[in-house]
Amino acid sequence: MIKKKIFQLIFLSFLFLEEAFASESGGMPQLNPEFWISQIFWLVLTFGTLYLVLSKLILPKISDNLEKRKSQILENIEAAEKSREEGEEKIKEYNKIVQDSKIEAKNYFNQTREKILKDINQKKENLDKEINEEIKKAEIEIEDLKNKAPEKINKIAIEISTDVIRQLTSIEVNNSSISAIVNDLSKDKDKYYGI
Amino acid sequence: MATNPMHQFEVYRIGPEIKLGEIDISFTNASLFMLISSIAILFVFNLGTKKNSVLPSKIQLLAELSYIFVSKMISDTAGSKAKPYFAFIFSLFMFVLFCNMFGMIPYTFTVTSHIIVTFILAIFIFIGVTVIGFIKHGFGYLKLFVPSGVPVLLLPLIVVIEIISYLSRPISLSVRLFANMMAGHTMMKVFGGFVISLGIVGGWLPLSFSVALTGLEILVAFLQAYVFAILTCIYLNDALNLHH
Repeated sequence: MIKKKIFQLIFLSFLFLEEAFASESGGMPQLNPEFWISQIFWLVLTFGTLYLVLSKLILPKISDNLEKRKSQILENIEAAEKSREEGEEKIKEYNKIVQDSKIEAKNYFNQTREKILKDINQKKENLDKEINEEIKKAEIEIEDLKNKAPEKINKIAIEISTDVIRQLTSIEVNNSSISAIVNDLSKDKDKYYGI
Repeated sequence: MATNPMHQFEVYRIGPEIKLGEIDISFTNASLFMLISSIAILFVFNLGTKKNSVLPSKIQLLAELSYIFVSKMISDTAGSKAKPYFAFIFSLFMFVLFCNMFGMIPYTFTVTSHIIVTFILAIFIFIGVTVIGFIKHGFGYLKLFVPSGVPVLLLPLIVVIEIISYLSRPISLSVRLFANMMAGHTMMKVFGGFVISLGIVGGWLPLSFSVALTGLEILVAFLQAYVFAILTCIYLNDALNLHH
């Protein structure tokens, strides 16, 4: 009972509500010290247990997990950075290969082109040579024919004129006189042949 | 009796009377709700740390977010030196928060609406902080009462004021929480009584007030738990990092 009174006095000095807690039914139940000790006891018990369990069992787990996640995220970022660098290097390699192949292809193309051009030129030259020879041969033949033509023509002209005269006049004409006339005429061959 | 707004704060015995020698430590409704709050906290956080996967589930996220919330609050107000006291402040915040929130459920009992509960918590914090201060700084901790840059003439007055303000910390801390909870719950009870007495015709206005007050009280329940924890951090900061 004395303890109750002591507790009441302590709180009275803080709150100045003497009449409020004087009667149990009318005033504030908070100032009725009947269960103060019980409340303190249970508060210490429950809160103490709560504190112990939280600090020893649960909070370390949470902080461990948070730490674990943090380190894992850092690790993942590192790994990602590494693969990115690797990828960049691979792209460089790839570009190099592509460029090299391009140059090689160009070289091949140029070489083949030159070869073919050379071939074509040679063949063309050969062909030109052959053609020139043929032309020369033909020209010689033509020249030959040209040179022989007047004589033949004279002969034919003599024969034909002899025949014509014989048929028309039935007179035998001397071959030599006809040939003299033909030869005479053929001297002005430019006039008649039109060459 | 049912319309008496203070009736909700009455403590009564549940089960038999338990006596420890001369002292009555019977299990009461207050004890019941302390127990329920503690068990609820442990249940939620046990569930939240059961799997501990890298990709958290919702309940794990809740546990982790509250951990980060409290640890940020402590490091912001008391610095890195306050790390050993993290578990205590975390438990304190959660205990007050859950007690306040359980009090918001109709027909429950609000543990923190009793001055004795909040006062015991506050006086424990006060004594603990003072002991930590003297351990860390020796008698240099008394410099807390002598702010720098004060004229010598004013010094005696200032020191007296500082000592009074320091000694009133547990009272202000406990009364703030207790008065907020009690006032809110009383007001809700009063408006609830108005709804009944005004009946179907006039009861709608106090009913709407009651609804609005419920929202406000949930906010206050969180806010007061936060204020209680952050003031503890500030007191701890004074003890750990002597500024004056």
